[in-house]
Amino acid sequence: MRLAIFADIHANRQAFAACLEAARARGAERWIFLGDYVGYGADPEWTVDTVMELVGQGALAVRGNHDNAVRTPSETMNAEAQAAIEWTRGRLSTLERNFLAALPLTHQADDRLYVHSEASQPGKWHYVRSTADAGRSLIATDAHITFCGHIHRPALYSMSVTGKMTQFTPVSSVAVQLLPGRRWLAVLGSVGQPRDGDPAAAFAMFDTDSRELTYCRIPYDIDAAAKRIRENGLPPLLADRLFVGR
Amino acid sequence: MAKFVVRPGAMIDGFTLGECVHRGGMATLWSVSRDDIAAPVLMKIPRVSEGEDPAAIVSFEMEQMILPKLGGVHVPRCYAAGDFARQAYVVIERIPGKTLYARLDELPLPYEEARVIALKIADALCDLHRQNVIHHDIKPSSILFRPSGEAVLIDFGLSHHNQLPDLLQEEFRVPYGTAPYMAPERLLGVRDDPRSDLFSLGVLLYFFTTGVRPFGESETMAGMRRRLWRDPYPPRRLRKDYPPWLQEIVLRCLEIDPAWRYPTASQLAFELAHPDQIRLTARSERLTRDPLTTVWRRRFNGNLVQPRRPSAVAAQLASSPIVAVAIDVTEGSNELNDALRTTVERILKTSPSARLACLNVLKLGRVTIDRTLDEEGNNRHVGRLVTLKHWAAPLRLDESRLTVHVLEAVDPAGAILEFTEANHVDHIVIGARQNSFARSLLGSTSAKVASEAVCTVTVVRPPRQATSSGAREVPPDDDRSMPAI
Repeated sequence: MRLAIFADIHANRQAFAACLEAARARGAERWIFLGDYVGYGADPEWTVDTVMELVGQGALAVRGNHDNAVRTPSETMNAEAQAAIEWTRGRLSTLERNFLAALPLTHQADDRLYVHSEASQPGKWHYVRSTADAGRSLIATDAHITFCGHIHRPALYSMSVTGKMTQFTPVSSVAVQLLPGRRWLAVLGSVGQPRDGDPAAAFAMFDTDSRELTYCRIPYDIDAAAKRIRENGLPPLLADRLFVGR
Repeated sequence: MAKFVVRPGAMIDGFTLGECVHRGGMATLWSVSRDDIAAPVLMKIPRVSEGEDPAAIVSFEMEQMILPKLGGVHVPRCYAAGDFARQAYVVIERIPGKTLYARLDELPLPYEEARVIALKIADALCDLHRQNVIHHDIKPSSILFRPSGEAVLIDFGLSHHNQLPDLLQEEFRVPYGTAPYMAPERLLGVRDDPRSDLFSLGVLLYFFTTGVRPFGESETMAGMRRRLWRDPYPPRRLRKDYPPWLQEIVLRCLEIDPAWRYPTASQLAFELAHPDQIRLTARSERLTRDPLTTVWRRRFNGNLVQPRRPSAVAAQLASSPIVAVAIDVTEGSNELNDALRTTVERILKTSPSARLACLNVLKLGRVTIDRTLDEEGNNRHVGRLVTLKHWAAPLRLDESRLTVHVLEAVDPAGAILEFTEANHVDHIVIGARQNSFARSLLGSTSAKVASEAVCTVTVVRPPRQATSSGAREVPPDDDRSMPAI
């Protein structure tokens, strides 16, 4: 079965729509959402409604820190993120807010674990920045593959049977077979707010039969997404950074 | 899940095991068969029992990742792979014959035979590097030959794929590989430089032509590290009759700093294919090693130890293309040739490691018996070479980057295409003349080259001029020159 996996959509309707279309074209049969549906972008209603609809059809979704902050304000977020969440809170309906609040922090299906930040303390929202962080997450789960997002920079870590770690920056469109002899942590790039220097929207496809993971980058209408952010009075920085992917 | 028993007659995932054909330190090889595969195939099974080297597992994982991604005649075809959960294996095409290891008793080989072997290996490396893979274990026992002649590289357990995770990167504190053939930068942990394979090929060529390994057989880290500052004895010191062009090639491959080696396997293959055109430097005649002052500077200044940026294999290959330009030498083609030179100049400016091959086709008649001498008794072939060099002179290219070739052929386009394939040309620049009588009669050479070439083709036309009443007349193409049309 072909899974389409999305992380950090951040209310960017244009990017999310482009990725959904690209995933359908690649034969996606099941949708996985790794959290942070809102914050930063100007279309939280459409984004949350789309995710809700797909979850109703069998998609899996977990909760991210921005989704969490809609109900439980976070003191650690920066000023722009705070402002975006304040704005988002006023836009979402009770139904949408309840949906986000009810999402689980992790979801395990077969030998795969889905989590927004990492597996050792999912509610603490730690970033996976190094092989040490990745190792901590991998030790905390017995899943063969962990999929996460949160840091907005794609990376692929593995741990051998002897506990040795490898780190790799994935090349888009090149399938990597996640060999069963070791355990893997796949960190996805962001759909709606990429920060690895490539402004194209990021998602990934995973084939559960061949165990091949393919990172994908999709160009989208950044002008339209940025215009929506400015029109709605959100911090202009959130629009500007979309163009450079930083 | 029960593990399979590995013995003759056993079945593993539909494959019937035959005899065990090889027992190596890391893996065993079995001849196997399956009804739907007609070709002879081998199953490679890693040694992974308790107490075995963990390197065996990791290198087998690398091979499982890389082999299914590879294609072409220079690698064995991969049919199936099984994972460690039940029985790890890969099933690959069985290449008949023995590896080059079987020839070790015959060393040193005749120079010409060694050149041809090295050329075939360089061709194979060129194809492998283009697929983003660095072999990292080039040595006689990883090289076989197809009955049709092409070299086939085997054993990808230590290889690096530039677009896949490198499982060996952090696995071992010591570099893994075959000590006598290992490039110096490997000892510093560098695994992403394709020129490491050129070093190993240099070791092989040195060994096959002198019978001596340039860096000995030391397996100790200290013994291996010496190659970071100590260069080998020049082959001419060991064999008086060693050809200077061959020493030039061997010592350039064995340069300690990768930047001083050939930039790509295809450029090395080009030199091996045209030994008569190699520009000889001081390297070619040397009889002694570098002076001690140089050695000390290398050893204590640590030139190579400086941190370096990771290199993308594809980007490195792209910066060192082989460009071929087809030049017409008939009267009245000056304008076109100037335009060709301008285009070539631009290409060379953007790729400082590019090399240029200037081609001209001496057209042979289909029926007439050709004489190499013209009416005045001048050798036409030599005349063309002189003209090509004259054309290239304003480019002021270092001789090591420039070669000239006169191809004799009935079909000019076919000759250019053949040269392109055989020499790994990355970019053809060819002129097109408009409104030509010959083109309407014979069809266009440039059009055929552009449509059939395996690489990028730039078709150059002379600058536009105000059209006069009639098209310019070009003499019919009966003068046996290449119609650059």
